[in-house]
Amino acid sequence: MRLRLVPESTSFDFFSRWKLWLGIGAFLIVLAFGSFLVQGLNYGIDFQGGTTIRTESPRAVDVAEYRAALEPLGLGDVSISEVFDPAFGEERNVAMIRVQVQEGDEAISGATVAAMQDALREVRPDITFGAVESVGPKVSGELVQTAALAVVLAIGAVLVYIWLRFEWQFAVGAVIALVHDVILTIGIFSELQIRFDLAIIAALLTIVGYSLNDTVVVFDRVRENLIKYKKMPLKDVLNLSINETLSRTFMTSATTLLALISLLVLGGDVIRGFVFAMTWGVIVGTYSSIFVASAALLWLGVKRDWDTPADGPAAGTQFGADA
Amino acid sequence: MIRIEPWKRWLIWLTVAIGVVLALPNVFYGRVEQANDARLLMEREGVATPALEGDAALWPDFLPSGLVNLGLDLRGGAHLLAEVRLEDVYETRLDGLWPELRDLLREARAEVGPIRRIDEGGDALRIRIAEEAGMARAVAIARSLARPVASLTGGAARDIEVTGAGDVLTITLSEAERQAVDEQTMRQTVEIIRRRVDEVGTREPTIQRQGERRVLIQVPGLGSAEELRQLIGTTAQLTFHPVLRRTTDTDVRPGPRELFLPSADPRQEGFFYLLEATPVVTGEQLTNAQPAFDQNGEPAVSFQFNPAGARIFGDYTLENIGQLFAIVLDEEVVSAPEIISHIPGGSGIITGRFTVEETTNLAVLLRAGALPAELDFVEERTVGPELGQDSIDAGRIATVVAFAFVLVFMALAYGLFGLFANVALILNIALLFGLLSLVGATLTLPGIAGIVLTVGMAVDANVLVFERIREELKTAKGPARAIELGYEKALSAIVDANVTTFITAVILFAMGSGPVRGFAITLGFGIVTSVFTAIYVTRLLIVTWFERRRPRTIEV
Repeated sequence: MRLRLVPESTSFDFFSRWKLWLGIGAFLIVLAFGSFLVQGLNYGIDFQGGTTIRTESPRAVDVAEYRAALEPLGLGDVSISEVFDPAFGEERNVAMIRVQVQEGDEAISGATVAAMQDALREVRPDITFGAVESVGPKVSGELVQTAALAVVLAIGAVLVYIWLRFEWQFAVGAVIALVHDVILTIGIFSELQIRFDLAIIAALLTIVGYSLNDTVVVFDRVRENLIKYKKMPLKDVLNLSINETLSRTFMTSATTLLALISLLVLGGDVIRGFVFAMTWGVIVGTYSSIFVASAALLWLGVKRDWDTPADGPAAGTQFGADA
Repeated sequence: MIRIEPWKRWLIWLTVAIGVVLALPNVFYGRVEQANDARLLMEREGVATPALEGDAALWPDFLPSGLVNLGLDLRGGAHLLAEVRLEDVYETRLDGLWPELRDLLREARAEVGPIRRIDEGGDALRIRIAEEAGMARAVAIARSLARPVASLTGGAARDIEVTGAGDVLTITLSEAERQAVDEQTMRQTVEIIRRRVDEVGTREPTIQRQGERRVLIQVPGLGSAEELRQLIGTTAQLTFHPVLRRTTDTDVRPGPRELFLPSADPRQEGFFYLLEATPVVTGEQLTNAQPAFDQNGEPAVSFQFNPAGARIFGDYTLENIGQLFAIVLDEEVVSAPEIISHIPGGSGIITGRFTVEETTNLAVLLRAGALPAELDFVEERTVGPELGQDSIDAGRIATVVAFAFVLVFMALAYGLFGLFANVALILNIALLFGLLSLVGATLTLPGIAGIVLTVGMAVDANVLVFERIREELKTAKGPARAIELGYEKALSAIVDANVTTFITAVILFAMGSGPVRGFAITLGFGIVTSVFTAIYVTRLLIVTWFERRRPRTIEV
């Protein structure tokens, strides 16, 4: 008896409403983008500069007390949030304190950090500082640029690769799906106000990689079936290809999600945001390779004058650029 | 019929075996680390104590001893990114030209008239000459001081650019010289930071130049970045200047080529010194510095000049008996003793109300040498060792659980074939760690996430193949043919899917830094090892099984 996530053979009709799928995709993008514009992201110090201090104390975190202790230092906007993790228990009460870049500081002044630590020790002698991080305004500006560039470069490189291996319609379809995934992920981060730092950019790129992985597998089958069934309408070819690969799509997403959810629950609070982004990305990426990438492919259409295939039906070979 | 040539089989098993052996030290992390440290210490010091030999014997030396380095977020430690103020050095460089230029211009007094330096530091040397008609001559004199710059691009570049406008002669550094100076400053800065960090003797510090003007310093195991910052952020510019005047008046306006500095000596609080800006000797000419005590038993630092420095120092003290002589450290007058007698040997002592700890630090800094330019710290991160250990523990548990889930899931979904895939998955992780150890990669917390993601995604290639075999079985070509076709047809999807992910890993590696880069490494290597294990190892397992059993039908 085998565990099966989808029946042995399926023939769902995914594309009778392909316009609706594209519409939903577009709507979600607008929604995510709107949230981003209205709320903005909760940028971490990597992107905004400033200092974060991670405190740990055997007694419960008292945000008001901490705030009162730091008040006299006149640090401007201080954000204090308690951190929860199933592994902490009663004895460990963790909080993250964040202050913005102090006005006029080009570089980091150690004095600010030392003053904050002293002030906190005053009210909580048993407090310890698990981590202290400061990023100057200059560096954070550069980090934003590099990060944005990395995402754009990744998408660009992928566009070129798929174009070379498939055809431009496939490449465009895949990239529309990628942009969809990235924007939706940014949207959820802005909606839930989860801290957006450098690691999240790494997660975004991983999502790009994963979503693509999924899309490419579907496209690979589409290419194969386009050759196999020369007369079949594109819509049916897409339906057939997705049904044929459906079992694999679910299996891989399931194993990846199993791994990621273990990490989400047990991996500690330090990387929770990062893992959350990836988990979300895997779900969105799986959905988008069917309902966005393939639907976009249907919308764009594929030229099918492969009457003189030079290389036969063998998979893995490349078509001529003008095919 | 499915066939794999014997030599290929051997090669696959050999690769796997090498990977496993390379990964082995990581299983005994603490033990291997201790043995490695002991060996390194014995090699460096040349002494072998029984304790060290005992430590070294913890891990036999015929086995590989490469370990995956733990990043700062896992081990705990301090991370600093410092920006070097390169402009400081331009100023010093131009200052260095002044005495010679002044002498030459004075010799040509008949044509250029009296001269006066009118800049206040900065990136240009400006001199006003009294006789505007003599400008051409002055420019020619200044140009005669230009020297060729050895630049990588070749060409006959000169180190300075001289222009004369009206009665002002302006000298700036040429672009080629600036580049050469930048290059040298950066190299020197990295070297001096390395020496200072080494003096404190922490293990495996990373000191790296980053980009045009930055230096990255990472020291594992150090309690706070603040401590590190004090060590490397102090410029430790030691200079000896003639004293023009000592005063309590804060309103003195120093003339050109003069310095007005406060006293750092608490016994002389409120005193200021007016000094000649050009030092007689500098800390660069020191060969040694040690913490010591002065005749009153106060902590002090004793120093020794090199021969050239000793001669200048000797000559100066001989000629200026009775004068005050200021010892300046980072823009503060540490002390300004009176020159009582000629000091010929080139050694001396710096006193000034230090604590013993301060003299020890100062001696370290003086020995290691002064930084050529000041540093600004633009990024500073400290992770406590406890938090790092927590992260390791959490990461370990999460990885094991994720692993167990995936193994069970695969076995349930694909039966025997799932077990083959599981063996490959375990070998995949071993290979990944072997590869990481081999290149000495650094494992970070996001890197652990990368491994977990690899565990999840590694089965993808197997899933692709197995699903394909299932499909091929439906068309009833017999199991052998189905397996063969399954691999053949799934290959293009596997390659395309993994190449695209690999591209993103490469971009992450190139653009990212620190933990993100650690993630990119595990992700990239994970793709390589998972494709290898899926295409070769699982297939070999299946083929070997098939040849032994010869089943009529198979169920995937």
